[in-house]
Amino acid sequence: MTSPVITVTHGVVGYDGRPVLRDVSLTVTAGEVVAVLGANGSGKSTLIRAALGLVPLAAGSVELFGTPLRRFRQWRRIGYVPQRLGAGGGVPATVREVVASGRLARRGVLRPPGRADREAVDAALRAVGLADRAGDPVATLSGGQQQRTLIARALAGRPELLVLDEPTAGVDAASQEAFAGALHAFVADGGTVLLVAHELGPLRPLISRAVVVHQGDIAHDGAVPEPAGHHAEPDHDHVHPHGPDEPAGLWSS
Amino acid sequence: MELFQYPYMQRALIGALVIGLAAPALGIYLVQRRLALIGDGVGHVALTGVGAGLLLNRSPVLVAVIVATLGAITIELVRARGRTSGDLALALLFYGGIAGGVMLVGLSDATSANLNAYLFGSLTTISPQDLITIGVLGVTILVTMLALRPALFAVCHDEEYARVSGLPVQTLNLLLAVATAITVTIAMRAVGVLLISALMVVPVATAQQVTRGFRSTMTAAMALGLFAAGAGVWVAATADTAPGASVVLLAIASFLVVAVAGAAWRVLRRRAVPAAEPHPEPHEVVLR
Repeated sequence: MTSPVITVTHGVVGYDGRPVLRDVSLTVTAGEVVAVLGANGSGKSTLIRAALGLVPLAAGSVELFGTPLRRFRQWRRIGYVPQRLGAGGGVPATVREVVASGRLARRGVLRPPGRADREAVDAALRAVGLADRAGDPVATLSGGQQQRTLIARALAGRPELLVLDEPTAGVDAASQEAFAGALHAFVADGGTVLLVAHELGPLRPLISRAVVVHQGDIAHDGAVPEPAGHHAEPDHDHVHPHGPDEPAGLWSS
Repeated sequence: MELFQYPYMQRALIGALVIGLAAPALGIYLVQRRLALIGDGVGHVALTGVGAGLLLNRSPVLVAVIVATLGAITIELVRARGRTSGDLALALLFYGGIAGGVMLVGLSDATSANLNAYLFGSLTTISPQDLITIGVLGVTILVTMLALRPALFAVCHDEEYARVSGLPVQTLNLLLAVATAITVTIAMRAVGVLLISALMVVPVATAQQVTRGFRSTMTAAMALGLFAAGAGVWVAATADTAPGASVVLLAIASFLVVAVAGAAWRVLRRRAVPAAEPHPEPHEVVLR
């Protein structure tokens, strides 16, 4: 199993003329669990967003499952977990309704949901330990539970590749454990994972390769680096201020 | 009640009921993506269409549908580009729309009573042809909004996720824009272009105070829209008021009733079950 799942070749991304990624190349092959590490503002989130076509490349190219991004249509093979749940407009939505969105890539726009969809949603909710909250409005959940809802949404589509943007940032320990368990099951079934993080926590044993992004360049690609200095202390509380790493638009919600 | 023996009153009632159902079914998506006022903007633009129709002696509703659709597509394209200056572009479009409408109506030989009928609705002006237009387009919008609910919910809830799901995000966004334009223009006769936006938004705002999910909010909002439209037409006919104003005031009254009742119920429940211990989540970070 060495077929490439994500290939970024000489990718360049800039926001408003400011370079965020300069000449970055990355290949993820089937069955790998790759962590993209780096400080806030290093461009690590931009790297995976560019790989999914959410951010346009100024130069370079992206291939997903061997198909150039422009021609790629098999989105059901990918499960994307964004950094956080969009606030929405205040219209309530239940956990189940959000997770059910994960079936659309597989089902298409026009077909109404069927039994297979309901079963996949149930299984995804169980996998992240939220089956008992299915009918609750997502807005009433804690940050960690909301994050698990987003992971369940991605899992509900039964993807081959999971792409996660800081899945453990600001998530309580119980949710981190539930999340690590769900990811472990996904990887055991042969899934491929690309995740962005700035600390690995309970995910650490799962990671097969680490890519460190520093100031828009790849500084390291290989074994998971050992935590250094005070980061290595067992009682270290990993707290970072979260700066916005991209400009927020008035209409972007 | 004998007022509803007149065919024009029956047409007004049926038209209002169709719009009362369709407007919140569309409006819930607009509210969810924080575009609650978009219907108002499209209404302003539609007024230019009305003016052009009156001036050219063509069907004002038909010309308004075309102009409002073009306006709504422009607004959506500006929004999709996500520039902050989009705010100003929208303002230009809104004020240009209403100024153009008033100007064109003034140039035609229509009276100000005609203009008022388009701004705030008029029960006596719905012709049998109008009712067919309202019925066909209104039911089409209703069915589309219900049938595409999972996809439209996904796009409005998390547009980036919808893109990575391979949904035709731009097509769905344009569909919503066109549906907004059509809803505004078919509601013009019954509720008026300046007040139709309220019928898209207020029932949703009312419903979401007591509902827990998207689907239940949509159902409740449609029921509230149906009630406000039906009762509003009845009030307008009995008290001889503008139907748009009656419908919207009833919708807002429902909002206040539900808000007060909801608050009272929460207080009572808290008193009845005082033993409910809160279960706080463990602290996520340690602040030092």
